[in-house]
Amino acid sequence: MKPTDVKDPEYFHKVVDCQYACPAHTPVPEYIRLIAAQRYTDAYMINWESNVFPGVLGRTCDRPCEPACRRSRIEEEPVAICRLKRVAADNKSNVADRLPAIPKEKNGKKIALLGGGPASLTVARDLMPLGYSIDLYDDQPAGGGFMRSQIPAFRLPEEVLNEEVNMILDMGVLTQFNTYVDSLKSILDKGYDAVFVGTGAPRGRDLDLPGRKEADDNIHIGIDWLSSVAFGHTSTVGKRVVVMGGGNTAMDCCRTARRLGGEDVKVVVRSPFDDMKASPWEKEDAMHEGIPILDNHVPQEFVVENGKLKGVVFEKVEAQYDDKGKRTLVPTGEDSVLIECDDVLMAIGQENAFPWIERDIGVEFGKWDMPVVNEVTFQSSNPKVFFGGDAAFGPENVITAVAHGHQAAISIDLFCRGESVDTRPAPGVNLVSQKMGIHEWSYDNAVEDDKRYIVPQAELKQTLSDRKLEVELGFDAQTAFREAQRCLNCDVQTVFAEDRCIECDACIDICPTDCLTFEVNDGEEEQIRQKLKMPANNLAQDLYVSEDLPTGRAMIKDENVCLHCGLCAERCPTAAWDMQKFYYSVTKAGK
Amino acid sequence: MTYQRPNFRHPNLPVNELGYTRKDYEGALSTLCAGCGHDSISAAIVQACFEMSIEPHKVAKLSGIGCSSKTPTYFLGNSHGFNSVHGRMPSVATGANLANREMIYVGVSGDGDTASIGMGQFTHAVRRNLNMMYVVENNGCYGLTKGQDSATADVGSASKKGEPNPFEPIDLASVALQLGATFVARSFSGDRAQLVPLIKAAISHRGFAFIDVISPCVTFNNNPASTKGYEHVRDHLAATGTVDFVPVKQEITTSYPEGESQEVTLHDGSVVHLQKADPELDINSRRSALRLIKDYKAKDQILTGLLFMDEDSRDLHEIIGTSNKPLRSLNESDLCPGQKVLDNLNESLR
Repeated sequence: MKPTDVKDPEYFHKVVDCQYACPAHTPVPEYIRLIAAQRYTDAYMINWESNVFPGVLGRTCDRPCEPACRRSRIEEEPVAICRLKRVAADNKSNVADRLPAIPKEKNGKKIALLGGGPASLTVARDLMPLGYSIDLYDDQPAGGGFMRSQIPAFRLPEEVLNEEVNMILDMGVLTQFNTYVDSLKSILDKGYDAVFVGTGAPRGRDLDLPGRKEADDNIHIGIDWLSSVAFGHTSTVGKRVVVMGGGNTAMDCCRTARRLGGEDVKVVVRSPFDDMKASPWEKEDAMHEGIPILDNHVPQEFVVENGKLKGVVFEKVEAQYDDKGKRTLVPTGEDSVLIECDDVLMAIGQENAFPWIERDIGVEFGKWDMPVVNEVTFQSSNPKVFFGGDAAFGPENVITAVAHGHQAAISIDLFCRGESVDTRPAPGVNLVSQKMGIHEWSYDNAVEDDKRYIVPQAELKQTLSDRKLEVELGFDAQTAFREAQRCLNCDVQTVFAEDRCIECDACIDICPTDCLTFEVNDGEEEQIRQKLKMPANNLAQDLYVSEDLPTGRAMIKDENVCLHCGLCAERCPTAAWDMQKFYYSVTKAGK
Repeated sequence: MTYQRPNFRHPNLPVNELGYTRKDYEGALSTLCAGCGHDSISAAIVQACFEMSIEPHKVAKLSGIGCSSKTPTYFLGNSHGFNSVHGRMPSVATGANLANREMIYVGVSGDGDTASIGMGQFTHAVRRNLNMMYVVENNGCYGLTKGQDSATADVGSASKKGEPNPFEPIDLASVALQLGATFVARSFSGDRAQLVPLIKAAISHRGFAFIDVISPCVTFNNNPASTKGYEHVRDHLAATGTVDFVPVKQEITTSYPEGESQEVTLHDGSVVHLQKADPELDINSRRSALRLIKDYKAKDQILTGLLFMDEDSRDLHEIIGTSNKPLRSLNESDLCPGQKVLDNLNESLR
């Protein structure tokens, strides 16, 4: 194997599993340490720089970081990263003086943002401090996009959303709410220097089954219905509600229905329970509110009696998987079941729709009638038009939209300055020793045994009777500290200096998780992986291989279950090992 | 300041025949200097006992005084231990062994504890062929009192702040051979692959099993002028061969070329296999071992590996015909067998 080049910032970045998994690459361990130190405002600002909506994401993020968390490879549960983020947002002090200054004198470039969701707002956040003039168009009466219309208030209080949306709008964004843009050409004709399309995936899927038309009054498209509830147009629902679908929107629909008068609310889903797209914790929350989830039920028809919806007929199926793991739903042969209900909410997916983009203005459309967008620059085939968020590549989530927004802002800035959008800025990287003394580090290197703490919730009776009452109460300071202490500080890297090593084996012997081996580096990676003290079978995790040492062996570290406890460095007599904090930040526009 | 070891271990740690992982054989966290060779030896003992599936409660760890003698705290935390007086570990071991012959005795000593203050004790334990493993963690200096030369320091070797040593060293392996030790080996703390099978063989051997392990003192005796530093030892290392320890229940699957290997079967049926690097060596011959140690030393090399084994070893219990049961298991009728037995005994002496 070739010795590892730790000068490549991506090597250590990958060791910080949570940060690497985050689409916006938020420096998670750094802000978790700040939370433990009760420096909530500092923790908040690190988040805000990176993901723009810490308060929102601390409640609603899809948390790609948590399944990646190293902690879940050494015990059952990852660190509650998402809910710790909320602690920073809940406890921060006024951040007004920490926000970037907005130049009074503009740079003369005008940008249009279409859609007021997280992608567009991120572009505004990154470009306003650079002196751009920005017009934001949205057909709704307030900013936030799907964060406002689809995430129910009992998961995301309006104040939290308003605060973070307004932090950006107050930078001087000219908003044009209640304005549906029906022609991209008309926007381009206004002479903007660049246009960003962040209009999401606004069309909820429908199901064309027998009885669909006749029962139309009582069948609702989930995202439209949620939006109608959010803006106060809908305030009741029937007592018996069937929610069709297995994603997070289905969970939001059923829980909202419980709060609007639904007493017998069921989620009915085609797939097996474990295959459902909804996050496990959202399924748990729904079930906690007395909502059964019936899996392996495929809808067949809407039954209408006397011109009114009576119920939905489902066929029972079971999932069968072929050798490649591909799933087919095979009918079990049991009798179909009729589930009676007053209302049906359909949350079976959503799609992009661009009826308002003319096809002759240089924006090329490809597969599934989606615009052709560069995955790095987010530029379309019309160099002035950029896409991001769900509008770019289909439905994802808030944190992905934010990541898109940052990258699109870089492109827009480069484009407006007449530079190539393909020249991407390198990430900001810092690597600093944490050594304070012989056994003393500037981070808390002790590894705590605590199991994951559960976020307390408000009383069920209260939350079900008030649509806007937030269910989760958030961690208190003490619990937040305990939970923060579960973090393994994966950003504090084990850095090895070959020229100092005397091969005394001290690090090998002390390493609690047997990550280290001195071994002759004479084979391909697969063979080396098997030669180690503990075979390195997690192929997703890299090996850190040194240059050859005097005895002809190399130091080989399997990054997989390293606890970053620093004992290798504490037991090293020559300081060949050192614990160094690696700070990786995605460079933003204009930096 | 934190100085604690996390409780987490690798999630896939292997399990031995008893269902234990290596963690079950660990001891407290070492307080020796970072990089001390002694810690490597502790780790090798842990590894050997884990692999041999030894029940921790059947082991007694014994030691005297010194850095080396602190180490039993750092391995086999679930075993019995006795940290005795300086140089007096062999006496305590003898007493314990006579009282209970069924335990495994692991004695750990240092060059000071054995070759100076404890020399008299050591020699008698050897000549009595006490059934124990006796490990000397040999760093050529008194680490605990800031690195003065010990009796095993080579002529001309100088510690970090010291003058070259003017005195002849005591070669403990040679001494043990001359006093009739029935298992003699030498190793290096930095050579785990050699040390672990030697420890396994020593534990399985019935009789006095002596291992002299060169174990650098990183703090006081790991400088270029020292002959017991990592670099010097690595540069001057020679081995009698590769030792394989094949436990009783395991079939021998490796094939060894004829003439270049030697095999010894132990009392418990396990087999020690030596793949010889030097055809001159005969592990059944004391004379061969003594000569080779001298020959290599003349070439400025340190001969490590298995040096001598006596397959027909008779330990102290056999030699003096003691009770074949531990004393604690003797009951009143064993100890006072009655008038008739006494009469017979008296009769036999008339």
